Amino acid sequence: MRKGCSKLLCEDEHQFERWNHAVLTNLKAEFKRFKDVVVLSLMHPWERDARLLKKALKKGHEQYNVIVEITCTRSSDQLLGARKAYHSLFDRSIEEDFASHIKGSERKLLVALVSAYRYEGPKVKEDNVRSEAKAFFNAIKNSDKRKVVEDDEVVRILTTRSKLHLKEVYEQYNKLSDKTIIEELEVDLLLKETVECLCTPQTYFTGVFGVALSDDANEDEKKALTRLVATQEGGEMKGVVAKFERRIEEKVKGAYKDVLVGVLAKDGK
Amino acid sequence: MATLTVPSAVPSVSEDCEQLKKAFSGWGTNEKLIIDILGHRNAEQRNLIRKTYAETYGEDLLKALDKELTSDFERLVLLWTLDPAERDALLANEATKRWTSSNQVLMEIACTRSANQLLHARQAYHARYKKSLEEDVAHHTTGDFRKLLLPLVSAYRYEGDEVNMTLAKTEAKLLHERISNKAYSDDDVIKVLGTRSKAQINATLNHYKNEYGNDIIEDLEADPKDEFLALVRSTVKCLVYPEKYFEEILRQAINKRGTDEGALTRVVSSRAEFDLKIIADEYQRRNSVPLTRAIVKDTHGDYEKMLLVLAGDDDA
Repeated sequence: MRKGCSKLLCEDEHQFERWNHAVLTNLKAEFKRFKDVVVLSLMHPWERDARLLKKALKKGHEQYNVIVEITCTRSSDQLLGARKAYHSLFDRSIEEDFASHIKGSERKLLVALVSAYRYEGPKVKEDNVRSEAKAFFNAIKNSDKRKVVEDDEVVRILTTRSKLHLKEVYEQYNKLSDKTIIEELEVDLLLKETVECLCTPQTYFTGVFGVALSDDANEDEKKALTRLVATQEGGEMKGVVAKFERRIEEKVKGAYKDVLVGVLAKDGK
Repeated sequence: MATLTVPSAVPSVSEDCEQLKKAFSGWGTNEKLIIDILGHRNAEQRNLIRKTYAETYGEDLLKALDKELTSDFERLVLLWTLDPAERDALLANEATKRWTSSNQVLMEIACTRSANQLLHARQAYHARYKKSLEEDVAHHTTGDFRKLLLPLVSAYRYEGDEVNMTLAKTEAKLLHERISNKAYSDDDVIKVLGTRSKAQINATLNHYKNEYGNDIIEDLEADPKDEFLALVRSTVKCLVYPEKYFEEILRQAINKRGTDEGALTRVVSSRAEFDLKIIADEYQRRNSVPLTRAIVKDTHGDYEKMLLVLAGDDDA
């Protein structure tokens, strides 16, 4: 093999053939990505989510988007399972760790998101949809005086209502304004992601794929792709994958690509 | 410890259903039979009876009971017959619908049940009311009350005995500072009461007493008219020594002129299969009279009989 890979080797001052450092780094990174996606896929989803949440909490503010992603894209029972796993793994409850370590205006939102056990049935109360779309409207209108994420009503609605209800609130808002809620929240990134994951998860997944597969994607953005692929079940992701098939072909290589394509294909296209 | 007694030789479910059907038929109702059967069956048995009754007679047992019984006795039997999760869901739903700042039922359910019991109640709530408990609590409560109640009903507390003593010291100090400043609804107070495990809170309160001389409850009595403060006090009691909380509720219900049947019914029906024995012992200790005797003095008829059976007094 060493003979065949002469390009990768170079002679150093001691006339010893060793791996080209840059190539080595690259190789490690590629295998790590492969390892990550495999480990993530094989772990029990509850343990996986508990560990991901713990890690994101430790890393701090820059990783709060991971918390939003997990708490908002899991089903009620999956999120509950993660809370149970967290008890076993860390001898604490997830909400006490969140409440202790997250500071600032996003604390209320994140603690409430992880504590939710949303109704998942088809029933939605129209009166509430209308009044709550209005509440969003008012909060956004007053966003120059107070950040939307600090509005108690907005937080209440996003952290307690069912996803179906929230999707209808999102629709209803479009009747009140020419911009969508997501368009209005460009400044409040975490809140924007919360709304996306809850109301229009397809847009969220598309966003992550797009960024991760672009030319100047950074490590975190690429990791986001791995995480999504390993933790989402078909469903919402199917349509998104189809869009990016060609780019995956172009940009992703080797074993990692096989896993990507394999994991995505397993849930049917 | 439970006060509910179940006979060692339990009749078959179909026999129970047959007897209950007999109790409803003809003129009037055989209340004694209803008490004898339902008052001596555990949750699993009652669920089976309901299921079998519906399959055999095409009618929901609870609806039949509703038709035949009245008033306080009916309410007690209905609440009792439900399994704990559904009962909690029903009580919680009632509490949100007619919530007032003096209503402590939501806190009572959230704090005296185990983490899994609270979870089952939340699941039963989805099934029965087609929405989540937390969305109703968030929607119907306001201000500081909502700030405290929402985390309480959403909690899934760690239930192990692991306690962090350093944390207990830090949080005891924190609580003392906040309470001294009358900042009862401060984020840190809510965080401790709303997320910490019961063992951790207990350790914190022990440390509080060691360090500051008073029981935290004494320091939470500054203003007798402050209903939020009253709720915080009760929250602490429910989390750390629920039997004292329930004893107080029973004492107030019984001593009140005319009796507060609502509270009496709620406590007896919801605790009979869990810790009513411990509560009754506490009642006797505090009032120098057995709970059952106080019930006899204060209530009558079938309502009294059912209460006594559930409280473990079988001479009824």
